[in-house]
Amino acid sequence: MFWRTVCGRAYPRVIGSQREKSWIFFEILLPLLQVTAYVFIYRAIEAPPEFLGFVVLGGAMSAYWLNVLWSMASQLYWEKETGNLELYIVAPTSRMAILLGMALGGMFQTTLRAAAIVTIGSLLFRVPMTVTNVPVLLGVFLTTLVALYGLGMMLSSLFLLFGREAWHFSNLLQEPVSLVSGFYFPVRALGQVIAAAASALPITLGLDAMRQLLFPSMMESLRFLSAEVELGILTGSAVVFLLLAHRALAHFEKLARREGRLTVRGQ
Amino acid sequence: MSSEFAIRTEDLRRVFRTRKREAKKQKREVVALDGITFKVPRGELFGVLGPNGAGKTTTIKILATLLTPTSGHAWVAGIDVAADPKGVRHHIGMVSGGETSGYGLLTVEENLWMFSQFYGMETRAARARIRELLAVVGLSDRAKTKIYHLSTGMRQKMNFVRGFLTEPEILFLDEPTLGLDVQTARTLRGFVSNWLREHPDRTILLTTHAMHEADELCGRVAIIDRGRILACDAPSNLKRDLKHEAVVRLRIGGLEDVRPIVATVPSVSRFSQTAHDDCVEADVILANDAVLTGLLAAVEAAGGTLLSLEKRAPTLEDVFLDVVGHGFEESSGGGAS
Repeated sequence: MFWRTVCGRAYPRVIGSQREKSWIFFEILLPLLQVTAYVFIYRAIEAPPEFLGFVVLGGAMSAYWLNVLWSMASQLYWEKETGNLELYIVAPTSRMAILLGMALGGMFQTTLRAAAIVTIGSLLFRVPMTVTNVPVLLGVFLTTLVALYGLGMMLSSLFLLFGREAWHFSNLLQEPVSLVSGFYFPVRALGQVIAAAASALPITLGLDAMRQLLFPSMMESLRFLSAEVELGILTGSAVVFLLLAHRALAHFEKLARREGRLTVRGQ
Repeated sequence: MSSEFAIRTEDLRRVFRTRKREAKKQKREVVALDGITFKVPRGELFGVLGPNGAGKTTTIKILATLLTPTSGHAWVAGIDVAADPKGVRHHIGMVSGGETSGYGLLTVEENLWMFSQFYGMETRAARARIRELLAVVGLSDRAKTKIYHLSTGMRQKMNFVRGFLTEPEILFLDEPTLGLDVQTARTLRGFVSNWLREHPDRTILLTTHAMHEADELCGRVAIIDRGRILACDAPSNLKRDLKHEAVVRLRIGGLEDVRPIVATVPSVSRFSQTAHDDCVEADVILANDAVLTGLLAAVEAAGGTLLSLEKRAPTLEDVFLDVVGHGFEESSGGGAS
């Protein structure tokens, strides 16, 4: 039942969302515009061409962050508003399976967008990438996604209890995270203390490690930690976030049942 | 706890507490359920009848493990809903009126398949069952339609199919025909009756404020108001208890409120009125026919004109009026839903 639930819940994201073609405009062209703005800034100050790569990669990874915030963390709020949450709770399946289905569907959906941003951005701005170690790069990328979506699953359990308050929380996280995680520049530029604090968010270390593996010579002097250390921390984060998500989900579901918040709409 | 009963509650109570921030403007506590006790044997279609805010939905939410009781106990399929909600969920299904569940970009068939997966149904079996049930509710031609194109009635038919798809042992129907047109509501009622006939071991708990629906479908009904069960029996028994009294509907012109007049007439057991543009419609239960003469004289003396008078056999609505002491329209409820 667990894997059937995962597939069932992933389905609307894998199939359903592709049916609305407006995503090509909103989720590829609009992010590319933002990337373009940074590209022109770097070009104007005659930054090395690798910086264009930092921006394109950051633009692609920002798609995952937005997906985690608005389609993972906040998703149970929408599910409550539409009446799906009641049916999820009443079903005999695991809540983690539902969240995992949402996460896998979201990853698939976002990977299409992120791949399009990377491909178009790289070709358009002639980004000089040197992939030094494909397996490690893939490992870092996938571990980052697991940790990031684990964080999303943990945050989503908060929405079982809180409604609009948690919505504001997502709003609050969106822009500051793109700044402190270094979406458009190496995070080390913010200083060791802020970079270390921002490392609590998997996307910070994921981006830094991927940049090291794609632009090794330029990142030698700009890296925060070594890619190996960052991969280790990401692996730990992934485990911790998934475990916390499991605990938080059980705790907040219990609390929400007690306080009658599972089915109250328009909170 | 024996599982002889599909559902059993014991002194079930639920109090909603307003959060501190909101409490400045509103009352602090709302008693949605005030100690309800009932038993539903397996195979029964049991109705919970009451006005908005009576506590019907709160009862269903507790039984369906969406809400914990403040005190008291409830068992579904012999399992304590508060102690083992996961255990309960293997035995239940739920359909609510006005449900907007599902994903608009998926088709009817895809949405139903998705929900079947949450119950671990094998895909081929699920698809076959979906086709079968869509045909029963007359929705086969919409199987490939995205659900945002469906009308309210079609959507509710789809919800019904979802609820019955997994053939649950115990099914909760919460105002399932709410807002539907007469034809669709009739189709769904027929569907429920047939399903129960074909599956005599299954149990349904239906909440409704549609008296005729409860009358038509339910083996027994509990009349609930302000969180309390006021009567619980078969509809025919409840109506039989009223037969010695006279149930009369009067349409009176020239007056806006007949309550003060009725209050002066002795032996009027129960009274409720609905104001219309041109008249007041009053349902009265009289201790005997002789009281009617006095009532009509009082109306005339107050300047009212009798437009029509209908004496009829008691309905569940009359039972409700008799038991609760006021009509549906006049019930303020306890604030729960």
